[in-house]
Amino acid sequence: MIRFEEDPHPRRLKLIGVYVAVLALAFVLAGGVFAAYGVGPWEAYRTLLEGTLGDSQGLAEVLRRTIPLLLIGSGLTLAFRVRFFNIGAEGQLLLGAVASGAVALFLPASALSLPLMFLAGAVAGGLWALPAAWLRARMDVNEILTTLMLNAVAGYLVIYLVGGPWRGEQVQGYTYTDAFPEAVWLPLLGQTLVHWPTLVLGVILAGVLQVLLTRTPLGYALRVVGESPRAARYAGMPISRVVLLTGLLSGGAAGLAGAGEVAGIHHRLLEPAQISIGYGFTAIIVAWLARGHPALVLLTAPLMGLILAGGDLLKISLNMPFRIIDVFSGLILLCLIAGESLSRYRVRWGT
Amino acid sequence: MTEEVLQALLRALSFGTPLLLATLGGIINERAGVVNLGVEGMMAVGALAAFGLASGSGAWEWAVGLAALVGALAALVHGFVTLTLRANTYVSGLALSLLGLGVSGLLGKPYEGAFLFESAPELPFTLAAGGLAVLLWGFLFFTRPGLVLRSVGENPAAADALGIPVLAVRYLAVAFGGALAGVAGAFLSLAYQPAWTDGMTAGLGWIAVALVIFSGWHPLRAVLGAVFFGLLYYLQFRLQSQSQVPTELFAAMPYLLVVGVLALAGVRRSRGAAPAALGRSYQRGER
Repeated sequence: MIRFEEDPHPRRLKLIGVYVAVLALAFVLAGGVFAAYGVGPWEAYRTLLEGTLGDSQGLAEVLRRTIPLLLIGSGLTLAFRVRFFNIGAEGQLLLGAVASGAVALFLPASALSLPLMFLAGAVAGGLWALPAAWLRARMDVNEILTTLMLNAVAGYLVIYLVGGPWRGEQVQGYTYTDAFPEAVWLPLLGQTLVHWPTLVLGVILAGVLQVLLTRTPLGYALRVVGESPRAARYAGMPISRVVLLTGLLSGGAAGLAGAGEVAGIHHRLLEPAQISIGYGFTAIIVAWLARGHPALVLLTAPLMGLILAGGDLLKISLNMPFRIIDVFSGLILLCLIAGESLSRYRVRWGT
Repeated sequence: MTEEVLQALLRALSFGTPLLLATLGGIINERAGVVNLGVEGMMAVGALAAFGLASGSGAWEWAVGLAALVGALAALVHGFVTLTLRANTYVSGLALSLLGLGVSGLLGKPYEGAFLFESAPELPFTLAAGGLAVLLWGFLFFTRPGLVLRSVGENPAAADALGIPVLAVRYLAVAFGGALAGVAGAFLSLAYQPAWTDGMTAGLGWIAVALVIFSGWHPLRAVLGAVFFGLLYYLQFRLQSQSQVPTELFAAMPYLLVVGVLALAGVRRSRGAAPAALGRSYQRGER
């Protein structure tokens, strides 16, 4: 007879073992889906690895995908720590892109333009998360549903803007804005699409949030509210305010990512699916893998960046649909949460 | 004029059919205490499975059956992860949605843009959905198994003490919800637009998730909700060409409404008819 027994403090080695095992399982299962599609799993994974890690341009693509994941992911670790399940990073990113686009398109370009774009992006992203955080804090409304719905609304807002009032004057038949003035284009790393200032910003943010979480009174409040709301209430901690602040911070981080994407790569506002290839959803996995430590995102973001870049590669070189990314994401997410449950238990044989 | 109103109502019923099917499935799920956010994904795999079979054999009745089966199997993945492994319900549902969209998009590539020569009629689906709503209402509130199902969602510990197999009931409810989501997908790919395109579920699954709350977990009120949202979808297409209001606003309306509905449900505080143990995993001996 197999019995499961609670193991509240699993050892680090066991944790690593479980995570490696479930990730491997996810890749095996994804391989099965590839086989059903008619592509050999070995061929798929070889293409994925050779075209990313085995090639400098491929590595740059991984890095480029890592940038938004780093920003969004470190914000989300904070949110998940408070058990505020912000699933709306995709929409918050889009709002960040819209606000920074507004700065680039409608304000005269100056030395202040770029910082202003990032600031506007962060504020807009944070504000887009605020209604969900407020409803959750004040009325106990499920934030997963509200943030998800706001994703769709943000998408339609962008579609409206780029096809309507903000549609470019020089573009014919296309739905995007005019290009931003060159003064607000972020510098790139050599011949790649790696907008390094945003990358630096992401690394700094992960570090700052880690310090905030572990070394400040606010971080302490945050951890208590997440781990034991009851204890937080007894201690007189302002729970609602902590939740609101977490919403603002995680949304703001996603907004920064949106600003980085349009200022660094696209240089204009365009259709939602072109601004983000599901960064907001992939970042959920990034944050989940990091188990609530913003600094660990420095490892997990590149891992998922590899999968996003690899998915692109499979799409192009093996002519697969873009949905392979969703297959990877869904499987990894499922295996991860299953693994998390498993790691909290010990298997005992006998009665 | 009256003809136009009638026409609008008929289209609203048609739009509302997949919503109602998926919502009824969600109500049964949640009455047993399980939240499944994977509706969109289950609909997508159901739609593809049905289309695949129908485009081969042509028998849409079998295709609907297959969609139900595939939807139920997908739901059982969620069941295993959340009920047996007791992992986070919401994340699991989200993952199932991603996975369903991903797998259907991938395996559906050979069918992309293909259409059925002979579409299935819409009316049987609509009638069946309406009939099912009445049936489930009777089941939930006037039969013993219905009482058992609700008790599992309200107070699993008490139900367990009475000898009800909580886990089994929840598994059944989850499978049923998945089957209905699969059929909702089949309606889309067999009858509504007898074709397969990636992403044809177009967010309907998410609306259904919200409709479950909107309906107060009540099958008959779900009919009203489905018709209402159906009307909203109809207006979105109808007013596309002849309105000053941007169509994107209409498209965003269902999602905004859902947020509004959730906020209202929050205001009522009493949490209405929400099953007390909703979204909580159950293990004997734990409170």
